[in-house]
Amino acid sequence: MNDLVRVEGLRVVARTDSGDESAIVREVSFSIPKGEVLALIGESGSGKTTIALALMGYARNGCRIAAGSIHIGDTDLRSLGSRQLSDLRGSRVAYIAQSAAASFNPAKPLMDQVIEGALIHGLMTRAAAEEKAVDIFRSLALPDPEHIGGRYLHQVSGGQLQRLMAAMALITDPVLVILDEPTTALDVTTQIEVLRAFKKVVRERGMTAVYVSHDLAVVAQMADRIVVLNRGEVRETGSTMQILTAPADLYTQTLMAAATPVERQASGTNIEGRAPAPPLLAIDGLLAGYGRRNEHGVPVSLVLNDIGLTIQRGATLGVIGESGSGKSTLARVIAGLLAPASGTVLFDGTPLAPRLEQRTREQLRRIQIVFQNADTALNPAHTVARILGRPLEFYHGLRAVARGKRIAQLLDRVRLPANIAERRCAELSGGQKQRINLARALAAEPDLILCDEVTSALDTVVAAAILDLMAELRRELNLSYLFISHDISTVRAICDEVIVLYAGCKVESGKRHALSAAPLHPYTDLLIASVPEMRQGWLEQVGPSASLPPVGANAHGPRLCSFLQRCPVRIDGVCNVMPPSYVVTPTGKEILCHHSDERLRHLRDPLGVVGHPPAAENAK
Amino acid sequence: MIPPVSPSADRQLDPQGAVQPVDPVRRRRRRWLSGSGLVGLCVVTFWLLIALLGPLIAPHGVGAIVADDAFASMSAQFPLGSDYLGRDVLSRILYGARYTVGLALAAALLASTAGTALGLFAAVSGRWIDEVASRLLDALTCIPSKIFALVMVAAFGSSVPLLLLTAALSYLPGAYRISRSLAVNLNQMEYVQVARARGEGRIHIACVEILPNMIHPMLADFGLRFVFVVLLLSGLSFLGLGVQPPAADLGSLVRENISGLADGAPAVIMPALAIATLTIGVNLVIDSLPGRTRRITDGALR
Repeated sequence: MNDLVRVEGLRVVARTDSGDESAIVREVSFSIPKGEVLALIGESGSGKTTIALALMGYARNGCRIAAGSIHIGDTDLRSLGSRQLSDLRGSRVAYIAQSAAASFNPAKPLMDQVIEGALIHGLMTRAAAEEKAVDIFRSLALPDPEHIGGRYLHQVSGGQLQRLMAAMALITDPVLVILDEPTTALDVTTQIEVLRAFKKVVRERGMTAVYVSHDLAVVAQMADRIVVLNRGEVRETGSTMQILTAPADLYTQTLMAAATPVERQASGTNIEGRAPAPPLLAIDGLLAGYGRRNEHGVPVSLVLNDIGLTIQRGATLGVIGESGSGKSTLARVIAGLLAPASGTVLFDGTPLAPRLEQRTREQLRRIQIVFQNADTALNPAHTVARILGRPLEFYHGLRAVARGKRIAQLLDRVRLPANIAERRCAELSGGQKQRINLARALAAEPDLILCDEVTSALDTVVAAAILDLMAELRRELNLSYLFISHDISTVRAICDEVIVLYAGCKVESGKRHALSAAPLHPYTDLLIASVPEMRQGWLEQVGPSASLPPVGANAHGPRLCSFLQRCPVRIDGVCNVMPPSYVVTPTGKEILCHHSDERLRHLRDPLGVVGHPPAAENAK
Repeated sequence: MIPPVSPSADRQLDPQGAVQPVDPVRRRRRRWLSGSGLVGLCVVTFWLLIALLGPLIAPHGVGAIVADDAFASMSAQFPLGSDYLGRDVLSRILYGARYTVGLALAAALLASTAGTALGLFAAVSGRWIDEVASRLLDALTCIPSKIFALVMVAAFGSSVPLLLLTAALSYLPGAYRISRSLAVNLNQMEYVQVARARGEGRIHIACVEILPNMIHPMLADFGLRFVFVVLLLSGLSFLGLGVQPPAADLGSLVRENISGLADGAPAVIMPALAIATLTIGVNLVIDSLPGRTRRITDGALR
């Protein structure tokens, strides 16, 4: 009877459009002993957030808790009235949501919001609450804990905000904390800091927590036990160790398999062995950005700075970088949606006009763009047949029967049944939509497809299937891809060559295998080391962030290294004075750094990972 | 020839690929109109028929004073009573429907169509056209609609085409504003960008990609605008500048009989009911038109 949380036979139903109820969570039972962290893991739609909310006695609009019992300590949540439930929420049970930015009010200082819960429940005085908040800020490793509370939403970074939200939850010393995908929206380099902070407070305070996530590797760092969910049902419950090493359930195994990157031998012919042909796409000295242009024709906010790259026919070039690094802008420039400020884009030997209107229809046909979010990339007013039919008609002049036939072929290519053609997108699942999104690009019969984070919004299992499909299409149709992603394992799995962008600069480029071995650009190194590994204890092995070597004030004039402010191996008097140049390594990589090839080879472990195997999964 | 796929993809195909037949419940919903929409359609059709055939079936002439007393209550001879001059209300409504349905509906339709078209055009065109169109229509918004109508009538004399044009012009800027703001937002959507990257022209983007996604709010706006036009026209009639007596639209029927309200005379209630049913009918039809993307709960298709 020392379980803090006991959930038995929980059933949550949702009212559908037609008025009847369907169960979205069925017969879910689990318990959490005091001081343990339990993870709820599953794909979207598996009911993990619904269960997490039920632990606060809450069901979303249109849903209700239909059956089962939820006990926290001695309290039976289902017997409480709404008044008692709101007393419970925020004081004994606290919730940390995925999007901290949407959870804070931009018009109030952060401190007011952090301590609001404690004041509402009348648990302490304002002064005491503020003092306690500063304590929590300190233990969450927030910078300047004494004053950060006086700032506003827009003055702190995403990772800091997520930690502030944790502080908001912890201020009342809740007996149970629910973390709902708290790091999913963050970049890996930020995620690791937040995870570390969470882990620290969990350990220090002996917290009981429920951690909701779709990411097994993250869960492996945080949880003691894991509940695997699928379609509202529990598939497997076990210790983290058991789930990771010996998953019993078939579904868990699928989930594990999808999370481990599989190298897709992308092209049938070996690109590297081929005689050097003129590249399909060659970009040189590309400058692009938004806003007014100054007297040199450079936009005020420069997003891409001096980018050069080439894509061979049938090859895949990966573009990695964190949010704001200019990845999507690069795709927009190539597609002609944004005119570059300067630089040349050669497609199949001929220069592409900067603006769409000046390009020929043939040029437009040969480059297609596929956006990340199929929800917004497919017109909700059109049927699938119409979405696929338009490029067929527009580029190939296909009509009526011929078009219908081709649509059926395309659907077959992306492995969708032909009877889906008369449906609208709102009736399709995320994976199906992304397949339609790809099929539309294929309809043009392009040479190059620009893929902007095509798998990022999808669940791992679905994403793996899409990647398989892309690799297959490339083999059969000799397509080239520009594959944009923030996820290094996805890029490694599908790309022949990779470039790494940081703040609009190309800091590194090379073959995919080169990405997993030294020498690496310090940023790439940090990026790779920050990807959580799917084993327990990885987070503990990752040491504290190395303190950055001090540097003097930046010299004015030359464009310095963009990574200077975060670089753990920066050199005073060099990095802050001169712009770096590309170092070409014997393996054919280009690295934009002041350090020599030889130096970079020994600059490993930016996070101080003990025994971190750098190239383990790419040893083949 | 289908190359082998990795096991994860194979497994994926089942939930992904298998498409369940559309269940009957959803099919019924996808029918052109729902129950309330059908009611609305009946009401609108009824009023359209009255507008067309009203004068033919009216028992009395529009200006004929046939009753002995004003504000007579309902009787076999005068099913809807008599008005403040002793004219047959039923006949006057039958005649008046023509003005309200014809004039107000046409003016609202004109205002909404022109406003939507201009707003769309401004949104997909360059900044200059957008600026010019927006400022011009802003200028038009500044003129109070009643004053504008007064000036128009004073300058050109009252006639049905002029009233139609005046009403349409007064309510065009509002429709334009709404349409433009909707279109500007939709213009940023990725499917529009895909169409642009495909090389589609402005007209295709405006009419095929954007318009279907904003038609529903524009129709709702049209329903509202229709009511406003009825009010404007009856206001003008009250000032003696609208539909000229003895003819009267439904709005003016309410106005001219307003003194009968204290007695509960059907002469004032019936035309008001007529306007109400027409407006509600139009709005019911609009609200149930297909094309609104219904939210489908997450699990519905899995």
